[in-house]
Parts: sequence; C-alpha cells; structure tokens
Amino acid sequence: MQLYLPIADIPVNVLLILAMGAAVGFVSGMFGIGGGFLMTPLLIFVGIAPAVAVASVASHIAASSFSGALSYWRRRAIDPALALVLLSGGVIGTALGVWTFTLLRSLGQLDLLIALSYVVLLSTVGGLMFWEGLRAIIRARRGERVTMRRSGSHGWIHGLPLKMRFKRSKIYLSVIPVVVVGLIIGFIGAVMGIGGGFILIPIMIYVLRVPTATVIGTSMVLTLVTMVFATMLHAVTNHLVDAVLALILMIGGVTGAQFGARAGQKIRGEHLRLLLGLLILAVGIRFAIELVIRPEELFTIRETGGAA
Amino acid sequence: MTGVARVVVLGLALALSAPLAVTAAHAEKLIVSVSNHRVTVTPNYSGEELVLFGSVERDDKTPADPAAYDLVVTVSGPRADMVTRRKERKFGIWINTDYRQFLQVPSYLAIFANRPFDAIAPPEVQRRQQLGLNNVLLTQRVGPDYADVVPDDPFRSAFVRLRSRLGLYREATSAVTFLTPTLFRTGIPLPAEVPIGTYDVDIKLFAKGALVTQTDTTFEIVKVGFEQFVATSARQSGFTYGLATAFMALMTGWMASIVFRKD
Repeated sequence: MQLYLPIADIPVNVLLILAMGAAVGFVSGMFGIGGGFLMTPLLIFVGIAPAVAVASVASHIAASSFSGALSYWRRRAIDPALALVLLSGGVIGTALGVWTFTLLRSLGQLDLLIALSYVVLLSTVGGLMFWEGLRAIIRARRGERVTMRRSGSHGWIHGLPLKMRFKRSKIYLSVIPVVVVGLIIGFIGAVMGIGGGFILIPIMIYVLRVPTATVIGTSMVLTLVTMVFATMLHAVTNHLVDAVLALILMIGGVTGAQFGARAGQKIRGEHLRLLLGLLILAVGIRFAIELVIRPEELFTIRETGGAA
Repeated sequence: MTGVARVVVLGLALALSAPLAVTAAHAEKLIVSVSNHRVTVTPNYSGEELVLFGSVERDDKTPADPAAYDLVVTVSGPRADMVTRRKERKFGIWINTDYRQFLQVPSYLAIFANRPFDAIAPPEVQRRQQLGLNNVLLTQRVGPDYADVVPDDPFRSAFVRLRSRLGLYREATSAVTFLTPTLFRTGIPLPAEVPIGTYDVDIKLFAKGALVTQTDTTFEIVKVGFEQFVATSARQSGFTYGLATAFMALMTGWMASIVFRKD
C-alpha cells in the first residue's frame, strides 16, 4: 500500500512504516525509552532525507512519551518539581539544538554531525550499559549481593549551591546539575532526533541519584516537552516535519509499545540492560563502519532552494 | 574508431549540404500535444508516464525525403539551485569537503531522440542546440565565476549520474518513434520523486544535421487536495502546522493510554 508523503516528497509503503513504528515501539516499551535512536536511522535507511527523519521522529517520540507519562502520572511515579527544573534546561538546550541543526544543514555538515554523534553517544552508552549488565549477571551467578551505593553518599555534585528539596523523589539536590543535564539532553535530542531517554535515565540514576521509582516517569516528562518543543521549532524554522509520516509512526509505535512493555516485565533487569546495551552498541558500530569505510558514492546533491 | 570516422564523414556531408538545408528550413511546421497537461499528485501517486504526440506538417515545396527527419525532445522541470558535495577521507573518516554550486538547473531533465545524437547532428550543432546530457547547459558557480564546464568534470558528471540514478535526469536516443514518416510519439516517464511545478517540453526537428524548426509546450505537476494542503501549510504557516502536529502527537498518545489501559 503506497502513500505519498507530502513533506518528504516520496511515496512509501504504509505497512512498512507501520511495521517499523511497531517494532521500535516494542523495543521502547520493553526498555522504557523513546526509541528515537532506532527510528531515525531506520527512516534514513528507507530513503527519507535525514533532516526530515530527525524532524518527524520528534513528534513520534512526543506521542509515545505522552502515553507513557500519562500512565506513570496515574501511578504517581513522576516528580513534578524535578521535571520542572529539568525542563528549564531542556527547553534552552532544544532551542540551541535546533539552531545548530539549521546552521550545520546550511554548511552541508549535518549528516556528518548526526553520524558522528550517533557513533560517540551510542558506542559509549551502549558499551557501558552492556558492561554493567554483564557484571550484574556474573555477580548474580556467583550469588553475590548487588551493593548499590546509598543515595546518602555525597559526591562533588552534592556540594553545589542552590539546593532544593524534591519531595516525591525524596532527594535534596542542587538545581545546577539538574538544569545542565536537561540542557544537554534537550540539545542532543533536537540535533539527533532522539528523545535521549537512554542517556537521561542512567545519568539520573547514577549521577543525580534519583530513586528508580520516579526516574522513568520523570524522564518521560522531559522527553515529552522537549520533543513537542523540537517539533514546533523544526516546523517553524526548517519546515521539515512530515505530519503524515509522523502519524503512521505514532500509530505503529504506541501499539508496539504496549506489547513491548508486557514482554519487558518477563525479563530480568540485568538481562534487559545487557540486551539494550547490545542493541545501542550495534547501532553505534553500524554508524562507525559507515564513516570509516570508503563510501560507494562520494558525491551528494542537495537542493538549496531558489526554485523559479 | 568507426564511430569517429562516421561523425567526420557526416560532418563533411552536412557542410556540403548546408545551403540546401537553409532554403528548405521554414517549410516544415511541428504540431505537438502531450497526453495530459496537468498531472496531479494524489496520496497513491507512484509515478506516471505522459505521452507526447506530434506530426511534421509539410507543404508541397518541401522536398519529399521524409526519412531524413530527426527529432529531439527535451523535457525540463522547475529550476532550482543545487549543491554537489564530495566526500574525502580526513582524520580517518569520510566527510564532505569540496563542493560546487549549480545555479538554476532543471530539477528534472529528459532528453529523447529517435537515434544517437552523433547521427543527428555534428558536434558543434549538438553543443549549440544542447543535445544530450553532455551538451546541456548546467551553470556552476566556481568562486566568483559562473560557467559550465567540460562534460567530464567530476562534479558535473557526479551531478548528472546522481540525478540519473533517481530517474530525474535521463537520456534515451531511441525513445522517439516515427509511426509514419511524419507522425511521431515519445513517452515521458515521471518517477514518483518528480518535483512539483511547470515542465517545459522543447521539440526540435532536424534534417541533414541542421535544425529545421522547433516548437514547445508545457505541462504541470501539482499536488492536490490533502497533499497540497499539508505541503503549503507546512511552508507558509509553520507555527500552526507545528502546533497541529504536536497536538496530533498528544492526542495519539492519550488515545493509546486510554485504549491500552490495564486497570
């Protein structure tokens, strides 16, 4: 079933896009992440221009994170104060990200930046997650108890000024690192077309020491708002958001996510982290290979406007 | 070798017969029509083929040697500026380095003829009449200068090659068929990726290596209905479009959380 996408300006197979949305949705539901880091490369792979893919995936992630955030809200697993502080940084980061996106697009280096950031981010995060999962599994085999450092242990982050009490998360923390984290995630998300959940969640757990109960829900709120904001900015500045493409992705994505979430509950935590780490690492390595080996076609064409 | 030899011989023959061709030049008239002057892009659009029909009208003064007619049809889509970039290996990775800007070049270009251009006209006529992708004018900006370059320039040939791969630039020297000595037809394939806009069709009639007469017609490719609405609102009212898309995302997310609610 072919459908012509009005902004991407190419016909696509609706069932293929639906299936891609569902598959990525399944993964995102299973691991509690947005899945943008899989969706954007997949779209580029089927022939959609990277810029259109990045801009359209933003609205797709907004949809899936909203449905997730709603269910976490009902379970009171969102810390509104923490979400607000994260957002103040996230919104600025997103604006900076879209601005960088526009600038690099005009310089012809956008594709390089997208590829490079995928390589660096995904290999690092994927590698760490894989390693951490592996160690947890080995420890479990040996019958050792996992000794998480207590949230009371103070690192340098806890010495920063402007402390604030986040009631629902039961933590007392400076707002500076929280704003900075929001800013970085917002920036990365807008440039790479990802929600950033897979980076944000580890940072919140290991660096900010937010209790796991409120981590996923709160990170979803940040993802939701930055992605809605990114959709708006991409639509206003670059006119690249394909609403038809986004809608197909959303429908596939939210459906797949439900089944993914159910499947995720049956798998043990450390196995889940190991799998997710492998998946992220694989995508990162794929991008790295593409950068290093000699491309089949050295030339690219891009329209720079000025149509008569 | 034989190809070159043939061209030289042909060129000589043409040079000799040139005065004759000029006297006969204005006796023919071309009458053409395309099968559809308005191609609409609908949700299930996946490419289309137009047909161009035409006939060569002659009066009694025309010498009766119809086999000598040659026809070249050039279809050019809306013009746009394009940049061609070349990747080079820097610091171990492949990145875009050098680039050339092509100014107001056709986004779609199809050149069809009834036989190879070398058989139709000598090289200088081919160049002047822009017969074939190698002879068509593609203006580049090289620093402060505006110029077209030799056909084997790496950027120009890469540009033509990439456009051809998308089916947007094409050349076929057997696409025009003469149904009778004066009646001809050719198909104009429009792949799914064709840009929206007005297309110029330029038809040139050659006899004995010289241009006899030419005519032109146009057709347009338009988005209609929903596609048109989405594309124009995205471009003209980005803010409202963004709001609508964001709202759609929220509605989809909300619906999903209602539909799949477990409790």
